[in-house]
Amino acid sequence: MLALPSDTLLPLLPMASLLTSPIGVAHYLVVGAVLFTAGIVCMATKRNLLGVLMGVELVLNGANINFVAIGSPYLRGDAATLGLDGQLMALFVIVLAAAEAAVALAIALNFYNTVGTIDVDRASQLRG
Amino acid sequence: MAVTLNRALDALTGWLVGSIGDDAACGYALAAILQAGMLLNLVAISGLVFIWLERKIAGRIQDRLGPTRTGGRFGWLQTIADGLKLLCKEDLMPGKADWLLFRLAPYIGLAASLSAFLALPFSGMPHPFVAQRLDVAVFFVLAVLGLEVFSVILAGYSSASKWSLFGAMREAAQVVSYEVPLGLCAVTPVMLAGSMDLVTIGDAQQGGFWNWYLLHSPFAFITFGVYFTCATASVNRAPFDLAEAESELVGGFHTEYSGLRWSLFFLAEYGSMMLVSLLAAILFLGGWHGVLPLGLGSGGWLEALLGTGIGGYLGALLGLVLLLTKGLLLVIFMMWARWSLPRLRIDQVMTTCLKYCTPIAAVCFLGATLWQASLPNGLLLRPYNAELLRAQAAGPVATPPADVLIVDTAGGRP
Amino acid sequence: MIWHSFFFALFAALACGFALAVVLTSNVVRMAFYLVLSLSATAGLYFLAGADFVGSMQLMIYVGGTLVLLIFGVMLTAQEEFIRISTRPAEVALAAMVGLALLILLSSAAFRVPAWRGDTPAERSLALTPQTVGPIAMALLGLRVDQAPPTADSPPNDRPGYVLIFEIISVHLLVVLVGAAYLARGRIGANSLVRQDPSQPASDLDDLADADPSGSELLEASQTLDSPAETGA
Repeated sequence: MLALPSDTLLPLLPMASLLTSPIGVAHYLVVGAVLFTAGIVCMATKRNLLGVLMGVELVLNGANINFVAIGSPYLRGDAATLGLDGQLMALFVIVLAAAEAAVALAIALNFYNTVGTIDVDRASQLRG
Repeated sequence: MAVTLNRALDALTGWLVGSIGDDAACGYALAAILQAGMLLNLVAISGLVFIWLERKIAGRIQDRLGPTRTGGRFGWLQTIADGLKLLCKEDLMPGKADWLLFRLAPYIGLAASLSAFLALPFSGMPHPFVAQRLDVAVFFVLAVLGLEVFSVILAGYSSASKWSLFGAMREAAQVVSYEVPLGLCAVTPVMLAGSMDLVTIGDAQQGGFWNWYLLHSPFAFITFGVYFTCATASVNRAPFDLAEAESELVGGFHTEYSGLRWSLFFLAEYGSMMLVSLLAAILFLGGWHGVLPLGLGSGGWLEALLGTGIGGYLGALLGLVLLLTKGLLLVIFMMWARWSLPRLRIDQVMTTCLKYCTPIAAVCFLGATLWQASLPNGLLLRPYNAELLRAQAAGPVATPPADVLIVDTAGGRP
Repeated sequence: MIWHSFFFALFAALACGFALAVVLTSNVVRMAFYLVLSLSATAGLYFLAGADFVGSMQLMIYVGGTLVLLIFGVMLTAQEEFIRISTRPAEVALAAMVGLALLILLSSAAFRVPAWRGDTPAERSLALTPQTVGPIAMALLGLRVDQAPPTADSPPNDRPGYVLIFEIISVHLLVVLVGAAYLARGRIGANSLVRQDPSQPASDLDDLADADPSGSELLEASQTLDSPAETGA
């Protein structure tokens, strides 16, 4: 069903020699991709409102890993000309995620108090 | 210290194995194991001593003797006897408990308490005894210390007992609230030293007690009081031990625990008591420097007598003893407070934090800033001012922001 | 063996493994716990990338603040029937397919750039302590000291840094603080909002106002709330 060209997975081969070769940005990006995908799937499948919120947190962390990795002089050597832009972006994301979680949690508790459930599929009063 | 140890261990493994890898893998592994083992033993042994000490102090405060039977006249071996008893007890778990979280919760607390010691230095600049010197050490220690709350929350939730859950809810509210004034208080020494590195902060207070940040200004003095109150609350000690209030909640979050798991909670608690006390000693009480200028550091009589190598190392060891003494005194003060003050109600706990500690800490931070700005050399005798000291403190770390600013605005960049 | 790579592998495995565990488990308390472990391992990855301030911030704010709040919310709402809410198998299968495709796409794209594969070892040392606090603080105050200016004769404050964003975020946090406190005030605010809704019959609303949040009355109230919407649709 998923017809992959044969060389699609070839670039993943460096993962095999993980312990003996130095780490590059790409390894970090793969971790970020896993967290991002897990977050997306979590947001799509969970019916618990707080589970959806956890998916959002995972997505934000996946993005943060990418920011830090691409700005890191440890991983890129002299090619990293971003300075601290990556880290600063990650900081802003962390702070805004805290704000987002506070508001989302307040909404969730309000929803729970009003409707008596935490299942998002039953939040259908506005459907018309 | 880590660098010295790595070199020595690399030489040793090179001699044993014949050759070492290009990344000195064996040396790093051995150094890491050695340092982690030392820190683990520090926490465990001080836990043993503190439990005995607490029972003795409680006894004396309540006009009785405390343990006297096991191990001689003073009951030295009481903790070990207690430990043996706890080992032999049955490991119970409630039938409705979430088995994974119930079993994991004590280890989380212990891991958080132990890993905060990674960034805590025990001596100053020529030979800093620290497992991993971090540029953000203050922040790191406070952050890791804040993770201990998960242990209590998960223990309380997974026990499937209403007493445990009440304890966990109280603990969550309390710890999260008290982190705010705690951080505000810890910022004052950071601001005064111009660095978040604990080694730099400690070394900026050398040369006698009049250079300690405790006596920097009246504001810093009050800040220390607020810090210590909040630290007591954040490690969940009396009079803030609402989470385990035995008069109302049976045992609080550890009602359902028994045996070794129960004792792990207490090892974690004593570990974090030690940690916040040592942190207070470094931030406000001069760290590894003596009450009077003892000349143990670089350029002192010890180095002149024995050379910079052995003399400096010996001075660092004496500094470690000084720091541990200060930490021990603060821990004893915490125990004194525990057996003297009645436990607060939950609303009083939150009022203390949000209506008193936080505003006082904020005002004191502002006051200390203004004091430092208007009297940069202090009111008392301050032969060491911070700028001079930072220039002296050689080493790869400690690029103070102020210097960066000066260089930058001068336009002398490449 | 390179310790940097070893610890990267360890923390990456922890982060990814527990992220998958968050997706796969249906118990919401376990999910929160796995999320804590995943995000803590992510902080370890930040330390390994030389971003120790970001790593500490992750531990302090994300794990120590946001997730404690989240677990607080989970504990407040995790009544018997809401701990496990299962999803239909078809939805799970669809989400897994989409997720797998996305993952393959993203990770193969990551290794397409040769300079990012880490084959050419950069100058790095495990013993070197990164210094990021000072430059980050200066950047937030509006001075970039970590980057060379674009041209040699450009003025020192050519790159103005992040002072505006910093201010905006500060104000934003204040607004969020007030807003979240207002929203979470309890049922007084919620009911006054519902009362203004003219399409709802008043009897339901009175039930709702008197309902105990943890009792069975509330469930009945919510079902009566649901029913007119479904008949309307």
